[in-house]
Amino acid sequence: MNILGQWIAFKTIVYREIRRFLRIWVQTLVPPAITIALYFVIFGSLIGSRIGEMGGFDYMQFVVPGLIMMAIIQNSYGNVVSSFFGTKFQRNIEEMLVSPVKDITILLGFVVGGMVRGLLVGGIVTLLALFFTDLNVHNWWVTISMVFLTALVFSLAGFINAIFAESFDDISIIPTFVLTPMIYLGGVFYSVDLLPNFWANVSLINPILYMVNGFRFGILGASDVGLLHAYIMLILFVVVGFSTSLYLLTRAEKLRS
Amino acid sequence: MVHVHLLLRQWGFYDRIDSFGVFLLFRHIAYWSYSLLMTDEHRFAALEINGLEKTYKNGFQALKGISLKVETGDFFALLGPNGAGKSTTIGVICSLVSKTAGHVSIFGHNIDTHFTEAKQCIGVVPQEFNFNQFEKVLDIVVTQGGYYGLPHRVALERAEKYLRLLDLWDMRGMISRTLSGGMKRRLMIARALVHEPKLLILDEPTAGVDIELRRSMWEFLEKVNATGTTIILTTHYLEEAESLCRNIAIIDAGNIIENTSMKALLRKLTREVFVLDIKESITSDLQLSGFVLRLMDEHCIEVEVDQHQTLNQLFNQLAEQGVTVTSMRNKANRLEEMFVSVLNTPDASETNDSEESDSNINSSTTQTKGAAV
Repeated sequence: MNILGQWIAFKTIVYREIRRFLRIWVQTLVPPAITIALYFVIFGSLIGSRIGEMGGFDYMQFVVPGLIMMAIIQNSYGNVVSSFFGTKFQRNIEEMLVSPVKDITILLGFVVGGMVRGLLVGGIVTLLALFFTDLNVHNWWVTISMVFLTALVFSLAGFINAIFAESFDDISIIPTFVLTPMIYLGGVFYSVDLLPNFWANVSLINPILYMVNGFRFGILGASDVGLLHAYIMLILFVVVGFSTSLYLLTRAEKLRS
Repeated sequence: MVHVHLLLRQWGFYDRIDSFGVFLLFRHIAYWSYSLLMTDEHRFAALEINGLEKTYKNGFQALKGISLKVETGDFFALLGPNGAGKSTTIGVICSLVSKTAGHVSIFGHNIDTHFTEAKQCIGVVPQEFNFNQFEKVLDIVVTQGGYYGLPHRVALERAEKYLRLLDLWDMRGMISRTLSGGMKRRLMIARALVHEPKLLILDEPTAGVDIELRRSMWEFLEKVNATGTTIILTTHYLEEAESLCRNIAIIDAGNIIENTSMKALLRKLTREVFVLDIKESITSDLQLSGFVLRLMDEHCIEVEVDQHQTLNQLFNQLAEQGVTVTSMRNKANRLEEMFVSVLNTPDASETNDSEESDSNINSSTTQTKGAAV
């Protein structure tokens, strides 16, 4: 199958992924919108008004970029991990394995599908945020690139989780015990400047800190970490995540007997 | 032509080449014409397996170096008891199982070095349902077309064609898990055909399907085969293999123990058992000279007929004793008897993979197997 055939196969996988999460929109699009709206109400309006300023901004202004990023991370990851594990569980992964679709096409199809959901939910959350605060984008390029790179990194992470997963427990353990703590400790709700030195330094090993702060820089023009540093870390995660995913898929011990 | 001949003679062409040269020239022209006219389908076998081995991680050796050739256009049966290696063989051909050793080529395309070309030629209907249970029937087939690089419009046309042929078009909007078992089987056949493969592999396609539907599926597969598609079929219904397939391989304990034409295999059946329904009440006094006879009940007998005996001899003897036969049938399907006979034959561990292997049938097989088909 030539490059055009691979392109058609790639589009097929992406459309199938989009069709999947739109078909179950009550499970995929509504819950994150409600959850993040509650965060806006509680942390932004109710508690936020008593917190005062954070990093030189109203707390509502400060927390919105973090919450948008949180929605993108959770949904990019969640889409790929549940969809790819689902295809393994129902064995319809075999439909692709018997066909001439290349492994890289399969990987890109699932990852782009996850990114689309992450970005769509991010868009919904951004629209909801406009009901609570004004959003002025400081730098469009930084904002858009941070959103894309973050969705890409967590789609790849979800793919790796799904390849290793052998049961439904395996696809909920990592999001619950690893991803959620990383998000909550990644500067979504507070500036790391508030932390004692030791914990501020520990936070620097959390990749989500760079994504949230990079995005916050794009929106507000302020960040706890250097922008260049954030880009280097993100690109590093993309390269490592992509290589690992492709290697695991090609070796595919978990997929082929 | 005369002018060409005169020109060639003028140039001294005929003086420069001897008869061997002329032979080489004609051979070259013949080879060139052959290459031009013959497609891959004519040049290569649909499937060629050489020395295929598979050892699973737990140490179980599922395939012990099997070799097999399926010609283009054939309707081929791959039979064997449960756990013999049929599904492993199909898994390797379809890239779902990684092989330990050996070579597999599909229409001349090696599955290791030219896997995209090889995969493009294959359509597979697996034993287990392996489509997304939450997707619509039409989406499943169209999506599969996309995996093979078919533009959406073409995939839609093909999906309609095969869903109509398999009586599923009216169900195209249904969620696949709501289909009946027979519909799910037909859906997998439509999905396997959407890219119009040259080789269709069906792993027990009629398992759990009622007899009426099974027969309609047989008719459909015969039509597919008649269009030139090579078909490889594994089945536990030996009647199915006997009525559909022209050539057959029997696999047991990871070895091919028989590989021949269906006719040649059935010719080797040395005896058949017939069940006869008798009008009169029979007593144990009934004797048939030269035949092994078993009384089933007072209106039914079983008779073994060797290949050198005739049914005329049997009926003559029955008529002489005033016995009226109201109906007669084979006790078991002929292929089933042959299958059990082959599997029960001692010393079957030797692989036997040639077309000319008919005479070796009784010198194959190791293990005594029941009729676990």
